[in-house]
Amino acid sequence: MQASYEKQFEALRPKLIAFTLLQVQDRGHAEDLVQDALIGALEGLSTYQGNAQFDTWVYSILRNKLVDYIRRAKRERERFVSDEDEIDIDSMFDERSHWDLDAAPSHWHSPEDLHLRSNFWEVFDFCLLHLPTSTARVFALRELMDLETTEICDCLDISEQNVWTILHRARLKLRGCLEKGWFLKGEAV
Amino acid sequence: MKSCVKASYLMSKQLDTPLSFKEKTMLKVHMAMCKNCRRCHTHLNAIHDWCHQRHDKELSAK
Repeated sequence: MQASYEKQFEALRPKLIAFTLLQVQDRGHAEDLVQDALIGALEGLSTYQGNAQFDTWVYSILRNKLVDYIRRAKRERERFVSDEDEIDIDSMFDERSHWDLDAAPSHWHSPEDLHLRSNFWEVFDFCLLHLPTSTARVFALRELMDLETTEICDCLDISEQNVWTILHRARLKLRGCLEKGWFLKGEAV
Repeated sequence: MKSCVKASYLMSKQLDTPLSFKEKTMLKVHMAMCKNCRRCHTHLNAIHDWCHQRHDKELSAK
């Protein structure tokens, strides 16, 4: 049984590393953290209940390791350089700051349960990893690792105003990406 | 408040911190008039909730 999980681990590893590289710049260090998480998962196989998807469960182990790492390492971090300006939200709006026709939100047909389908999160992660790196990092800290904005400020040494601005841009961009990649592709109907 | 940019900023901020009375009122009035922003509001809330459900599901799995 263990061998089949090891195969799954190997398949997951590149995704886990991509996720970790959002928070940890040094690739060697990121690989170590992923390795730690995989070992943790392997050791904890007996506690895996099977009521979450396997990859979701491994992600949760990695996430805990990452949060620990971020909290511990905040003093040694390099200066956070925001790249949210690379996200063009101006083109989503017209000259009167109203929604531009092409970017205006469409109706999402009964989205309630759609996110439970596994490839929804594939589209989601694709959209996330296509945000500029430090913007994706702030979004992941807030929404996927569940840190409060005050704690993000503390870890990255930036102002709360700055965090709100970055999250605003990240959310608008993700919304647009999900709409194009998922809701308008016939998945929703 | 006429700007959808500002309205969407407040919707996003509301997911991270309580808005002031003035901000809440501005957002409400704007959304009453703007269908696109009402949709955007639904979508941003949905994305926020999904991320949290994904998180909760993971926690309950441990």
